[in-house]
Amino acid sequence: MRNIVKHDGTIVVDAWQVLEHPAEGDSLALPEGPCLVPAELWLAGREHFVGNEQVGLWLDSHEEPELIADHIHQLPLIAVNFPKFSDGRGYSSARLLRERFGYRGELRAIGDVLLDQLQFMKRCGFDSYALRPDKDISKAPRCLNFFSNAYQAATDNDEPLFRRRGEFPVAATA
Amino acid sequence: MYVYDEHDRQLLAERVAQFRDQTDRALAGELSEDEFLPLRLQNGLYVQRLAPMLRICVPYGMMRSGQLRRLARITRDYDKGYAHFTTRQNVQLNWPALEDVPDILAELAEVEMHANQTSGNCIRNTTTDQFAGVQADEITDPRPYCEIIRQWSTYHPEFAFLPRKFKVAVNASEHSDRAAIQIHDIGLQMVRNEAGELGFRVHVGGGLGRTPMVGPVIRDFIPEHDLLTYLEAILRVYNRYGRRDNKYKARIKILVKALTPEGFAERVEAEWAHIKDSPTHLTRDAIDRMKGFFTEPAYKALQDNPPALATPRSESKAFDNWIRRNVNSHKQPGYAIVTLTMKKTGTPPGNVTDRQLEQIADVADQYSFGEVRVTHEQNVVLADVRQDQLFELWQAIRPMGFATANLNTLTDIICCPGGDYCALANAKSIPVAESIQRRFDDLDFLYDLGNIDLNISGCMNACGHHHVGHIGVLGVDKKGEEYYQISLGGASQHDAAIGKILGPSFARDDMPQVIEKIINVYVDNRTEEEEFLDTYRRIGIAPFKERVYA
Repeated sequence: MRNIVKHDGTIVVDAWQVLEHPAEGDSLALPEGPCLVPAELWLAGREHFVGNEQVGLWLDSHEEPELIADHIHQLPLIAVNFPKFSDGRGYSSARLLRERFGYRGELRAIGDVLLDQLQFMKRCGFDSYALRPDKDISKAPRCLNFFSNAYQAATDNDEPLFRRRGEFPVAATA
Repeated sequence: MYVYDEHDRQLLAERVAQFRDQTDRALAGELSEDEFLPLRLQNGLYVQRLAPMLRICVPYGMMRSGQLRRLARITRDYDKGYAHFTTRQNVQLNWPALEDVPDILAELAEVEMHANQTSGNCIRNTTTDQFAGVQADEITDPRPYCEIIRQWSTYHPEFAFLPRKFKVAVNASEHSDRAAIQIHDIGLQMVRNEAGELGFRVHVGGGLGRTPMVGPVIRDFIPEHDLLTYLEAILRVYNRYGRRDNKYKARIKILVKALTPEGFAERVEAEWAHIKDSPTHLTRDAIDRMKGFFTEPAYKALQDNPPALATPRSESKAFDNWIRRNVNSHKQPGYAIVTLTMKKTGTPPGNVTDRQLEQIADVADQYSFGEVRVTHEQNVVLADVRQDQLFELWQAIRPMGFATANLNTLTDIICCPGGDYCALANAKSIPVAESIQRRFDDLDFLYDLGNIDLNISGCMNACGHHHVGHIGVLGVDKKGEEYYQISLGGASQHDAAIGKILGPSFARDDMPQVIEKIINVYVDNRTEEEEFLDTYRRIGIAPFKERVYA
């Protein structure tokens, strides 16, 4: 069980476990309770997993969301891994899952998830965040909401600011 | 010039508050050095050889006089009373204290300035031609598009952790390219298609650094309304597929080369097909609204070449030289474009004191509608000066040190801060610039030599753009000693080219003499109408090699 930050800043305890790739030659052992399996293993065992609300998958940062595009409606939860917080591929993966493939279920950021990236993650469509345990989770709500507005469209807002500005202010030409 | 509304002000205030919070947490030990690094970089803060360095953004080089005065005050209150104009049209402070940076950013925000994304692996300040909007041979004013790109790229949630830094430049002149777009990650050349519609030719994958490349064209025409969706497609392909395993192979140029320009273009087109009709597609209203900020100032109906200009020119050779070198023609009759040169011998190129910043603000108010532009050659432009006030302006700026009539000559050197300031540098660059300026101190000889770009970088990161100097100088480290490698034949305009390395490098003390030998080969071989670059292109590198290594 661990604390998970939700996109609205609430903190919940949940039981989803992230399963690592099994060692060479070993098979994947499903634990009790809900779990996230590596995407390629989920795909390999898809017939077995489909319909199981206790089994979701996680994509690593180099894995293309296109891999699972045809199956996203069969998944109770998808996670995207940030092996290092400075690896920004997961932001594109999230937007594609949401905006291109229409995934509406829970999308979780896992791995090196820190406070100062939470709002970017939220904007790209992540709605839950497994904050790295050494970070102060009480600061997450503030860090999710540093900005009250945004210039560009993203998953959270399909109206870029240029579509929301008022009439041209005459005084501005002075 | 763009003016903030309540949205811009609020976003910037929130950014300042965010960085204050981040700095507090870093100082309290809640953020590791690694974790704080990209946060401070994206707020312009480097940790340098001797102190932190703060790079303040000047979007596409435009500033108002009030902003200059605020910069002057900040250099006095928080720094050592001077600042540095960079080769990306920005301003750097060399000695701020880390704990003061949130206050400096708050002071900047009061005058609609910031240090957003001036460093880090994100989309950097968009640059353009310093003569934008005032030259005759322009497709259209590129600045509204630069501001549109600035807003789109500011705090972009998907592209804050790219494989590497990312620089966009826009040019709208048909015959010149002062923005050097072909050595940028994305270079946008404004064009009209056969139907007369406005758009951009898109170059991707240019850049300097360790692997200098001229950016190939991946699309001949993208309509103006599609600007942001197309940029988003390019950035998404780069964010997903650019290399992250080796920082020296992480720029987009490496990806473009690996996929070939055609292969890269195909991926971009495939991505773009999905998003071209998304809400990021620019509306007519949005473009027109932005153009409304970049209207002409209140020009008076004046004649070209008035007596107040012609008479002093005929009486003063020094004034006439300055007009010929440092003043450019303007689209509006009776007006001129003046470049204030920040290249006085003995002063590091691009460095200005707090007092000089205020003096620039004063002359901008008095002679040029209160606005200036910073150039990537590290000079400052007054874009709208009345021709009948040029003589008065020249007299005013001579004692300030801005009237050295050497624009585009051998001594108008582009030079990075180098080993005197920068932690990355292999060698000092400023003393090399100064020794060359001292060797070539005869203005008549400089004019006779014509246009020569001499660019100096203290290391491979190439902030001094040495690859595209007609003469490029690169500081290298040889067993702990500072040496300098020379390249010839680089160019940054429409004829962009990467210079060829001349041969083994030289000790610093030898540099003025080596440059002199190179110049002499040009002087001995040129035809009457040839500039340095023309002669080089005709005779090749061999005669230079022979003379220098004889």
